[in-house]
Amino acid sequence: MQRIGVFVCHCGSNIAATVDVKAVAEAAKHESGVVFSADYQYMCSESGQDLIKDMIKEHKLTGIVVCSCSPRMHENTFCKAAAAGGLNPYMVEIANIREQCSWIHKDMPSATAKAIVLVRSAIAKVTLNAPLTAGTSPVTKRALVIGGGIAGIQTALDIADAGFEVDIVEKEPTIGGKMAQIDKTFPTLDCAACILTPKMVEAAQNDKIRIFSYSEVSAVKGFVGNFTVTIKRKARYVKEDLCTGCGLCTEKCPQKKVPNEFNLGLDNRRAIYIPFAQAIPKIATIDPDYCTMLKSGKCGVCSKVCSAGAIDYQAKDEFIDVNYGAIVAATGFNPIKVDKYDEFAYAQSPDVVTSLEYERLMNAAGPTGGTLLRPSDRTHPHTIVFVQCVGSRESEDSTKCGKSYCSKICCMYTAKHAMLTREKYPDTDVYVFYIDVRTPGKSFDEFYRRAVEQYGVHYIKGMVGKVTPEGGKLKVQASDLIAGKQLHIDADMVVLAAAIEPDKTARPLATLLTASMDTNDFFTEAHPKLRPVESPTAGVFLSGACQGPKDIPETVAQAGAAASKVIGLLAKDHLVCNPCVANANEMLCSGCSQCEKVCPYGAITYSYKEFRMPDRTTKLRLVASVNAAVCQGCGACTVTCPSGAMDLKGFSNKQIMAEVDAICK
Amino acid sequence: MQKVMIERAAELLSSGKVNRVLGWRAGLFAHDNTPSVFTDAADLQANFVYNEFCGANLSKYLVKESDKEGTVAVFLKPCDTYSFNQLIAEHKIKRDNVYAIGVQCNGMKDVNDREKLEERCASCKSRKHVAYDELIGESGEILDSNRFDMVEKLENMTSEERFEFWRGELSRCVRCNACRNVCPACTCEKCIFDNPDSGSANKAPADPFEENLFHIIRAFHVAGRCTDCGECSRVCPENIPLHLLNRKFIKDINELYGEYQAGETVNERGPLVNYTQGDAEPSVVYERGNS
Repeated sequence: MQRIGVFVCHCGSNIAATVDVKAVAEAAKHESGVVFSADYQYMCSESGQDLIKDMIKEHKLTGIVVCSCSPRMHENTFCKAAAAGGLNPYMVEIANIREQCSWIHKDMPSATAKAIVLVRSAIAKVTLNAPLTAGTSPVTKRALVIGGGIAGIQTALDIADAGFEVDIVEKEPTIGGKMAQIDKTFPTLDCAACILTPKMVEAAQNDKIRIFSYSEVSAVKGFVGNFTVTIKRKARYVKEDLCTGCGLCTEKCPQKKVPNEFNLGLDNRRAIYIPFAQAIPKIATIDPDYCTMLKSGKCGVCSKVCSAGAIDYQAKDEFIDVNYGAIVAATGFNPIKVDKYDEFAYAQSPDVVTSLEYERLMNAAGPTGGTLLRPSDRTHPHTIVFVQCVGSRESEDSTKCGKSYCSKICCMYTAKHAMLTREKYPDTDVYVFYIDVRTPGKSFDEFYRRAVEQYGVHYIKGMVGKVTPEGGKLKVQASDLIAGKQLHIDADMVVLAAAIEPDKTARPLATLLTASMDTNDFFTEAHPKLRPVESPTAGVFLSGACQGPKDIPETVAQAGAAASKVIGLLAKDHLVCNPCVANANEMLCSGCSQCEKVCPYGAITYSYKEFRMPDRTTKLRLVASVNAAVCQGCGACTVTCPSGAMDLKGFSNKQIMAEVDAICK
Repeated sequence: MQKVMIERAAELLSSGKVNRVLGWRAGLFAHDNTPSVFTDAADLQANFVYNEFCGANLSKYLVKESDKEGTVAVFLKPCDTYSFNQLIAEHKIKRDNVYAIGVQCNGMKDVNDREKLEERCASCKSRKHVAYDELIGESGEILDSNRFDMVEKLENMTSEERFEFWRGELSRCVRCNACRNVCPACTCEKCIFDNPDSGSANKAPADPFEENLFHIIRAFHVAGRCTDCGECSRVCPENIPLHLLNRKFIKDINELYGEYQAGETVNERGPLVNYTQGDAEPSVVYERGNS
């Protein structure tokens, strides 16, 4: 017979204000098997834990139920306390009467009734618990960073610095990401390339770091400490080991009309290309969508001019499997497409550009060599209108592709653009239309005020209603909310601060990693405040804007934080396994192998075993067996098994049924 | 047909190619032909029968027969071949021990109304044999069947009407277990309804609700594996249209995961044990539940 102790936590007023904790403790006393029941102010406090330890000894408890917050919060705490009291840590059950009860109910009697039901079901479950012992599994001392922007590079550098091997997988031909496209960085206005490219070189030269550029993650198996990742190395049709990056091919290629994605299509590149001068690795890549040789077999110019013999038209995608202990998602962001915003005439006029396009137009390595020229007629613009919050902070019911969140970086980069424009071209009138100017951050507000006070940028609270291209000008209709009047401005250029969204590759990647995402496709952190760089999936970490909009300083800080979490994991030789694993009852298993199909970890194998039959003959039967070291206890097999032969230790079908019965009693 | 089949079976036995022949034995009445194993030519000549009352799906009998020594020949109608494939996929039939002879089927007659085709044959899904070693007669095509019409009718009922319909049907259940015993997807080593440890064991139909649950649990149990052979409804002594439960699952699977016919190939990864990025999100349960 089990001797069960029940501990009801007040959690200050978090629980006690809505749930009558004394009544809950009293009700628990009358449940079968319960020999001790009490309430306490803070069960997670040291004295609360001591109460558990003491009562285990005093009442010779064989199992305990703690009625408190979510098990994700403190299950570990109470398991440790139970272990210190001499109880097997898996003889502890948590009844979540905070998140699932007191926080979501207002009415005390009904919340108390529900809390009693939750406690009753936890008691029913713990009655059927059995002591479990955890094994250990080794840790592969190598990390994978997915995405080679500033977030990924910084994370990789920090991990490598601690002495661990780390691979970067980048889908583009070069690492560098968005930061490589940026001209100057706020609030110090230092050149982005000057601070980024040394880091890119450092990553390339670090012997602990391998860079898989032009590659994608195509499959992920395993679990924390033991991931196996299949990396797809896309055919670049140039042998990486032979190409010297001389760039001759990129000058001779006759296919000149390929939109240059690095300059956001503001100019053209060749079909064989190196994205930008400081690209890492500095290796040419053939764009199969445009290469005449690959499409029709007639050309071969690059192969002829390549003295290194690096061109390989026969190249195929390659797949390699690598083992990792930890995975960092650093997939970054993209500006949203603004074509749907007809009122801003983005699709109608080339002189309406996004901020990232404007960034390229200002950049010395950009399509205009750093001279600000209108895309339409290559003349100097004299009046420029900046529109903030294009697609950001949109109401939920908007039919456009906008986002409900604030993209966070736009206020600052727009101030930067306005300031730089005024500094370089003082004859230019610059207007900024805003809803709010949000500049929290070190030296950020000073920066914005400088734009207004020193550089004379016209900041106008209000939104632009309509932009109409007319006679070489852009007629801008806007409202000035403070002056309460309509404005009509004849602008030469309009710059849209487009909202940013997670990269499109993030969602399929989250699926591969079984990492969770929010409705905007940003990765979700394990805890928004206390575990901001970890995904809820063990062994998966988050770096940079894939977790939420971030500027460069924040991204670098988070990248370092993610790296430190990875280092903490890789520094361990062994991880304690979860003993709540599946096991197959061979007498019931009918060998259909459906569980093997659904197991995401490859933990289930099938083999013929000899069974003694009731008539004293023996029979060979196909039965499943679970590798406990690989099983993660997800339970997919237990619900798939048509025969009910699969069961999960600690969450057996019987325990779950007992819980349901207790709730329905 | 019957004559050719008997000749061929006798030939297979005498040549030693097979040790046993699984077919249908003539019963006392014209309509009660029974699955049976034949081992000699005289028995075949005297008792083997193949006519419009050979509805029994012989695939299920192969679970035991293919586990024995030697080779067994079996006659399979088109719909039986689907069960055959499904059972091979679940490792329940040892294919190497079976010599499968596909036989043409023009539909089986309803034992209660011998002028009519059985319901499952009137809405036949396929005249095509999806597995065989040799063929007697013709193999047809996959048909454009109206088999989901009744399911749709049920879906269009209000939940009260639907509950009434099923209470009306299922309340006749006497828990004879014939549907389970004949079902090619019911091949567990030990059925949970026979296992006192399972918690859902052999409950007598004392409570009018329990037999409902028996059938609903069984429909869940065979979901994704049921080939819609219709044996459950054929053997039901109370004429409960049990196949409608399975067809509802099949229809849902088709709608949620794309067209799928269990047993069409020896496919070990049916939609319910596979994962694709286009799979229905769990929220579909709420969305459909509210509709």
